[in-house]
Amino acid sequence: MKSLSTAIALAFAYLREKPLATLLNILLLGLGVGTIIALALTLSQLDDRMDRDAAGVDLVIGAKGSPLQLVLSSVFHVDIPTGNISVAEAAPVLASPMVRRAIPLALGDSYRSFRIVGTTSAYIEIYGAALRDGRIWNTSLEVVVGADVARITGLTVGKSFAGAHGLSEGGGDDADHADHADHADHADHRYTVVGVLKPTGSVIDRVILTSVESVREVHEDTKTQSPPGKHEHGAGDQVTAYLIQYATPLAAASLPRAVNASGALQAASPAAEIARLFNLAGLGIIALRGFALVMVLCAALGIFVGLMNALDERRADLALLRLLGASRATVFLTVIAQGAALGLAGVILGLAIGHAGIEWIGSALEKTHRLSLTGFTFAGEEIWLILGALLLSMLAGLVPAWRAYRSAVPELLNRA
Amino acid sequence: MIVDIRNLKAGYGSRVVVSIPALQIAKGGHTLLLGPSGCGKTTLLEVMAGIAVPLAGQVTINGTAVETLGAGERDRFRGRHIGVVMQRLHLISALTIRKNLRLAQSLAGAEVDDSRISSAVDALGISGKLDLYPRELSQGEAQRVAIARAVVNRPVLILADEPTSALDDGNCEAALDLLLEQSSACGATLIVATHDQRIKARFEHVVSLVGHS
Repeated sequence: MKSLSTAIALAFAYLREKPLATLLNILLLGLGVGTIIALALTLSQLDDRMDRDAAGVDLVIGAKGSPLQLVLSSVFHVDIPTGNISVAEAAPVLASPMVRRAIPLALGDSYRSFRIVGTTSAYIEIYGAALRDGRIWNTSLEVVVGADVARITGLTVGKSFAGAHGLSEGGGDDADHADHADHADHADHRYTVVGVLKPTGSVIDRVILTSVESVREVHEDTKTQSPPGKHEHGAGDQVTAYLIQYATPLAAASLPRAVNASGALQAASPAAEIARLFNLAGLGIIALRGFALVMVLCAALGIFVGLMNALDERRADLALLRLLGASRATVFLTVIAQGAALGLAGVILGLAIGHAGIEWIGSALEKTHRLSLTGFTFAGEEIWLILGALLLSMLAGLVPAWRAYRSAVPELLNRA
Repeated sequence: MIVDIRNLKAGYGSRVVVSIPALQIAKGGHTLLLGPSGCGKTTLLEVMAGIAVPLAGQVTINGTAVETLGAGERDRFRGRHIGVVMQRLHLISALTIRKNLRLAQSLAGAEVDDSRISSAVDALGISGKLDLYPRELSQGEAQRVAIARAVVNRPVLILADEPTSALDDGNCEAALDLLLEQSSACGATLIVATHDQRIKARFEHVVSLVGHS
C-alpha cells in the first residue's frame, strides 16, 4: 500500500512537470469521450421518446404519400400531413374486426408552433394522460392543452387564442401553405382552453387537443374566403389520418397490405418507420461516432507516445528509484498510474462535456418545441465507454510501464 | 563485521568479472576500493547493494546473507540499510529537494520524518534549499543533497561509486570530507569505489582490485 501511494504521488509529480502535454492528452480524451457520450444520450433519449410517442399506435392510416411523412406528421407532429382522406372511404377498413380502436385526427393549424389536433378523447387515453385542471372539450372551439404547451405559452383554463395556419411559428416550415405568407390567424374563430393535461413525457405534452368538428368549423369558413383546393385539411367529411390499435397481433400481417392495395389510402407502421428513420440517419451517426472513436484512439496514442518519451528522459530516475529501494512493481506502477490518471481525468472531462453539452442543447431545443433533451440522465452504454476509455489509457501505459519494469538498475552506476 | 565476503565470483552470464576469496570490513572502517576501469569495482558494489546476484560465494552485509534474499527482499534491504552515492548526482527533477528526500524515506519503507530531513540538511548547510527544485541548485549544492539522501535513512553502509572523479582537486577534497564526515555522523561505514588515485591517502583501508581478464 505504501509503495502504491508513493508511486501515485510520483506519477502526479511527473504529470505536473509537463503540464502542456498532460492538459493536451486530457483535453483530447475528454473531447472524444464527450462526443460519444453526447451521441449516446441523444440517441437513447430520442429512441425512448419515439417509442413512448408511438407506444399506443399500431398503424397510421392516411393519404398516399411518404409513409415516413405520414408517421412523422400524425404520430410525432413534426412534419406536415400527406393530405386528407375521406371518412367514407376509410369506413370499411375501420369496420374490420382486426381494428380494436381507430382515432381520427384532423390537423392543419397551430398556436405558437404547437399543433392543434382535432380528435376524440380516446387520443388522451392511448397516452395515459390525465387532466390536471378543467375538463375535456364538449363543444366546438373548446380545447385541452398539453403540459408543455401550458408551461411554455402560459395558456390556462379560461384563456382563449386564435390558431395560425401551418405548424411552426409563422408557418415557415409548412411548405404546402407557403402561399399563405400572411397566414392570417383564424382571428374570428378563437379557441377557449377548458382543460390542461398532466405531463406524460410524450408527444401529447406538446399538442393542443380539440374536437374534429372544431378544426372543420374553422376551415369551413376559411374555405369560402380562399380559392378552392388550397385547403386540404380536415374539412367536410374528411380527416387527416386515423391512428389504429389492432385487436390482434395477426393484423400486422394483413391489414396494412389490404389498406395499401385499396385506392387512396395508405397505411404506415410507426415502429417500422422509426426503424427506417434510424437506418437513414445511421450513416451519419456511424460517421460521427467513428470520428469520436478516432479522437479517443488519438488520445490513447498521445498518452502512449508521451509516456514512452518520458521514459527515455527519466531512465536515470527509474534506476535511481530502484537504488533507493523501490521494487520493480513500484516502478511499473509509477508509469501505469500516469496513464490511468490521464485516462481518469479525460473521462471525467468527457462526462462533463457530454452531459453539459446535451443539457445546453436541450435547453436551446426547448424553445423550438420539437424534442426535449436533458443532460441529467445516463445512457446505458456510458458505463462501457468509461471503462473502455480507462482501460485504453492503462493499455497505453502498459508498454512504457513494462519497459520501466525491465530496465536495469546498473545503467546509472558508472561502468567506465 | 559490516561486510563479510567469501569466495565471491560475480559477473554477467557465465563471464566472471571479479572474484574475491575473502574481504572483511569492520563497522566504521571506511574503505577504498581502488582499481582501473573494468576491474570489477562497480560489479562488486552492485553485489553488495543487492542489485546483482553473485555467481558464487557468500556476501553478508550487517549479518544478512544478501545472496539468499529474493528480489523484493533485496530491494527492501537496500532501501533500508544501504545508502548510495553516484558520480552523476541524480535528483528527480519533478520533485522539490524536500520531496526528493521524503521519497528516499518512503521508498525505503520508512515513515516520512521531516525532523530527520531537517537535521540531515542542516548538517550539510543546505536547509534553505528544501523547497527548491534540483534545476535551481548549484553543482555543489546538488552534491550535498545527494549525500543527504544517502544518509537520511541512517544506513549501516554507504556505497559511493566514483564520487570524485569528475571533480577538480578542491572540490574533490571537499566532497570526500563531506562523505566521510556524514557517514561517521550517522554511524555508517563508507565504501568508495574509484580509480581516482588522489584520494588514496584519505583512507586507512585500501583494497586494490585488478582486472580479472
